[in-house]
Parts: sequence; structure tokens; C-alpha cells
Amino acid sequence: MTTAQASIEADNDVPLIRITREFQATPSQLMKAHTDSDLFARWVGPDGMDVEVLEWDVRNGGCWRYAARRDDQEYRFRGCFHTVTEATIVQTFTFEGMPDDVSLQTLWFEDLGDGRTRLHAQSLVDTFAARDAWLASGMETGVTEGYAKLDAIVGAS
Amino acid sequence: MTDQLSQVMAALSDPIRRDMVARLTSGDATVGQLAEPYEVSMQAVSKHIKVLEAAGVVTRSRSAQTRPVHLEAQVFDLMGKWVERYRRQAEERYRRLDAVLMDMNDTDTTQREGTAS
Repeated sequence: MTTAQASIEADNDVPLIRITREFQATPSQLMKAHTDSDLFARWVGPDGMDVEVLEWDVRNGGCWRYAARRDDQEYRFRGCFHTVTEATIVQTFTFEGMPDDVSLQTLWFEDLGDGRTRLHAQSLVDTFAARDAWLASGMETGVTEGYAKLDAIVGAS
Repeated sequence: MTDQLSQVMAALSDPIRRDMVARLTSGDATVGQLAEPYEVSMQAVSKHIKVLEAAGVVTRSRSAQTRPVHLEAQVFDLMGKWVERYRRQAEERYRRLDAVLMDMNDTDTTQREGTAS
């Protein structure tokens, strides 16, 4: 079976980023992987960093907070679960290093049948410039990536 | 193109400069305003701005006395590359999620078998 690659879209009319990706799992399994703190810590990353969940209150209005660590570096992220239903999570997201920047994230698990699910993840920020800076910095997933490594990646593409 | 990209990346490799760029996304600012939150000399701040300027990330207006610093959003015309890198990071994350889901599948199967026997 071929793995569906993540696809990404930076909207032209609204400052948001959309990611979609298919998984060999049911919507409820995906929901569990997003809401069970132990499972979540295993995959959220960034790559090569250990994640410790500090607060995790999965309910409408509950807060979450986690730290990603490698050696002596630590990056903390926090937000609130605004709305959690069977197949959707609406939450805020902030990198604590830039506490004034808050994005609104909507996750939706689309049941494709046969045990497959398409994840839709959308992040809305305040301005296009902020969205582009967000993309450029890889803030969500790659804050700590070495820029040398990055050059290599871009050079290869 | 790649050279400019390397320059932009080098310019953004410093946390103070990244922070300045993030603050400039909400509007132009004078050197003094940009310097406010940092415990470094004005000279150091000017140096950071010069690096950003050299990389084409920001420009200084010549019309106003205060010469406000302006973020050149078109730098992010290199967006295609940025987006691709971001996509790859997302893909890396979701491959880790694949592995977690696979473990969950195994556990579910084992539990079902356990119940059946």
C-alpha cells in the first residue's frame, strides 16, 4: 500500500494553512492519538525532541501545554481545547516564545471507510505576513532545526 | 535564488532577528521601538537590522527622520520552498503518527483476540 503524502495549501484569500493527510486508521483512533496525552507526546515532535505534556484537560474550554526538549533546549507550547466533538477538535495554539501570536486550529477527521481516515488540519493566523513568517520559520514543527540542515533540504529540492 | 534564500535563512537563524521579523509583521517600527524588549545595546540592535537589510528581509524608509524599518513581505516569495519544507516537516510528524496508529491497531487486534478466546 502506498502512503498518502501530506498535502499543504497556503490560502490566497485568508491567512491560513491547510494540511490534509490520509491514515490507515479509523476516525476514533485518530481522535485518540490526538487526545490521549501519552500517545500525542509520541508523535507531535519536533523531530528528535522529547515531548513532555505539562497540562492536558480534554474538554470544551480545557487547556493544554507541553514542552519539547533536546539537550539544554526547551520550547513550550500552550493553548485551549475550545471544542472537542467525536470527529473535530477546535483549539488555540501558541508558541510560548511568541506569546502574542495565537493561531486557531481546526482538526477534522473525515471517515473514508475501510478503516481509512483523512485528517484535515487548518491553522488560521492574524495576517498574511504572520502566516508567511510562520511558514518560513517552521515554527510549529521545526523551531530548532539546524539551518545548515535546512539549506541542504532546500538545495536538494 | 538559492543564494538569497541562504542569506534570508542566515538572517533568520538568530532568535532576536526572528523575533524582530515577527514583530514587524504587525507594522513598521523605528530602531528604538525594535530595541525596547531586548537587553542588548542599541549598537547590537542596529547590527541585527543591518543583517536583515543586507538579506533583503527589511528596508529602511528614507523619507521619515526616524527611518522606520519595514518588512519586505515579498521576501517570502520564496514561499514555494518554505511551503515545501513545512510540508515535509508535517509529513515527518504524520509518519510518527502512522507508527503510533499502527501500534494502536495491533493492541486493538490483540484485545479482540483476547476477548474471543
